[in-house]
Amino acid sequence: MVTEPTTNGNTTGKGQSAPDKMVRFDKVVKRFGDLVVLRELDFEVAPAEHVTLIGPSGSGKTTILRLLMTLEKINDGYIWVDGEPLWHMDQGGKLVPANEKYLRRMRPKMGMVFQQFNLFPNMKVLRNVTEAPIYSLGMSKDEAVQRGREILELVGLSDKVDSYPSQLSGGQQQRVAIARALAMNPKILLLDEVTSALDPELVAEVLNVLRDIAHTTEITILCVTHEMQFAKDISHRVMMFDHGQIVEYGPPEKIFSDPEHDRTKSFLRAVLEAR
Amino acid sequence: MIWDWNFALNEALPQMLGAFLKVTLLATILGSVVAMVLGLILALLRRSRIQLISRPTGWFIEFVRSTPLLVQLLFLFLVLPRVGITLPAFTIGIIGLGVHYATYTSEVYRAGIDGVPKGQWEAATALSLPPRRKWQDVILPQAIRNVLPALGNYVISMFKETPYLLAITVLDMVAIAKNIGSLNFKYLETFTIAGLIFLAASYPAAVLMRKLEIRLGH
Amino acid sequence: MSGFLSQFGEALPFFAQGVVITLELTILGAALSVVISFIFGLMALSQSVGVRFVSRVFVEFFRGTSLLVQMFWLFFALPLAGIQLVPVATGVIALGLNYGAYGSEVVRGGINAIPRAQWEATIALNMGRVQRMRRVILPQAVVGMIPPFGNWLIQLLKGTALVSLIGLADLTFETQAFRDATGNTVVAFTGALIIYFILAQIFAVLMSLLERRSKASIGQPMERRALGGLGWRLGGSEAA
Repeated sequence: MVTEPTTNGNTTGKGQSAPDKMVRFDKVVKRFGDLVVLRELDFEVAPAEHVTLIGPSGSGKTTILRLLMTLEKINDGYIWVDGEPLWHMDQGGKLVPANEKYLRRMRPKMGMVFQQFNLFPNMKVLRNVTEAPIYSLGMSKDEAVQRGREILELVGLSDKVDSYPSQLSGGQQQRVAIARALAMNPKILLLDEVTSALDPELVAEVLNVLRDIAHTTEITILCVTHEMQFAKDISHRVMMFDHGQIVEYGPPEKIFSDPEHDRTKSFLRAVLEAR
Repeated sequence: MIWDWNFALNEALPQMLGAFLKVTLLATILGSVVAMVLGLILALLRRSRIQLISRPTGWFIEFVRSTPLLVQLLFLFLVLPRVGITLPAFTIGIIGLGVHYATYTSEVYRAGIDGVPKGQWEAATALSLPPRRKWQDVILPQAIRNVLPALGNYVISMFKETPYLLAITVLDMVAIAKNIGSLNFKYLETFTIAGLIFLAASYPAAVLMRKLEIRLGH
Repeated sequence: MSGFLSQFGEALPFFAQGVVITLELTILGAALSVVISFIFGLMALSQSVGVRFVSRVFVEFFRGTSLLVQMFWLFFALPLAGIQLVPVATGVIALGLNYGAYGSEVVRGGINAIPRAQWEATIALNMGRVQRMRRVILPQAVVGMIPPFGNWLIQLLKGTALVSLIGLADLTFETQAFRDATGNTVVAFTGALIIYFILAQIFAVLMSLLERRSKASIGQPMERRALGGLGWRLGGSEAA
């Protein structure tokens, strides 16, 4: 069962791991040039918890996912994943910046699904899904292929294993991308606006697959989305961001129907009107 | 050490620099003028609505581009006198370089013309500009401005191919390098100097073209 | 006309001998230049400033010093430094270095053209540097490199004519030999130009087949377009 965190702040001391948390941000700072995107951000995510990040564009939601996937470098603070620091490694009791070898050990804990799918166009569907398990996790080819087929069946694409991505619809491509991320057996699934690039009629098939995954697995999910109904369906907690900080957070029923902050109210109104 | 500084600096360099200025550079400049003008003519002929003009122009461009400049030079040098046209070797060299590179610049012009936004053509039509004004005042200035770096790069390429003229008896810098190098086997000095002079001239020019490209926003 | 044809027939043995050498130089020179292109193209993308600098110097040097000067340097000057190459090697090395310098820019550009998102996907899947390059980036990048490499192949074919100036019996050399033997200038040089043109068209068709195949191998259908031949490199060959 999911434990509701009591605060979003420091329940654990600075620079310490939180063994019972899957993700912990500890005074995380991210800058792009002079622009501060995240300012001393603190929050925690419990194992198997599903958290949706909402907020206006530029509020730093996507940056959080990209920091976790190590696509952006952290400027200050600590990120803990599964009880271990992500951007730092322990060297004689001191935390020093992680090297590539350490990052490669940590990355398989996360899987990411991108807005633009980012499938490999030179590989057929099955190979997109088996490539990383074989060459990055060292799985045997037979095992990877078997697992790949299973996962592709899970996302409803058994009949497309021999197609190239360019031969699929956007919704199908995004389902392959979900399968590709899951094939790495990650503990955390990062969903970065996974339906934003899709034609409206293709959104449902992708969300249905993700709902299934959310409801039937123990995976931890961090999700950035503008699909409020989907957020309601799968999240245990919704966090509202603005200017790199958390404005408020709580269970989706609370945030969506009775938000406390004006910022949240106006944001939700704008999103609903835009639809 | 087999390198003879005295020979290199006091004998080879002055003679080679002289030939560089009088032949190599002059051939590049004159050849470029031919290539720029003829290239534009070819580009416009190629756009002609009359297929009897546009098709053969396309064939001519493709043929000249697909065959070696060296053989074209020899062809002009040896065949023209047989049909009664006698020209100095240097002039034939200019024609050869100019025509060869005109087939390249014609494609550059064409890309430039195609790159002028549709709105500009429509505006020219809407103002009912006569064809001559449309081309001269609206289309070509924009087209050529955008392709200046590409044209410049072909001038640099031509510059590096001017030594081919030595095959038709023109005494360019490389021919001089070969001649004075052969006198007492000092090729190492003469050809090294030749290479460095080419590098010293073409590298800054190439950097300039790259800067121009960036400024024009490519 | 029949006179031309019968004289062309006389020239054929000369042409045939020369074409063999021209093709040999083209193929070996192209092979060497592709190897050099990839070595220096990949070096240009290195994280190390030093490695990038070495690549830059190589590229600028061999692009900037003129193919003919490089060939003469290898043929006339290098033996004076005690290194004697067989003539074919001189031609192949000069062609390989010169066009390899241009080709390395093709490799660099082809890899740079792969969207950042593809790199990010490889990080998200925890791929190593070698695996990322070999299995994801290069297979896609190579497809984009084929058309510019095709253009350079034609340039290289034309460049082989220079070897006649260092005494190699290629098509240009044999053309002059035929002229010297018969005094038939028009047939000799018209014939040579036509043969060069045909060779260039053959290479153009082969490269367009290669492009089609490589596109298919990464699941990109090739847009319908007349295969090879006239106007292949001129884009849409119809006047606008």
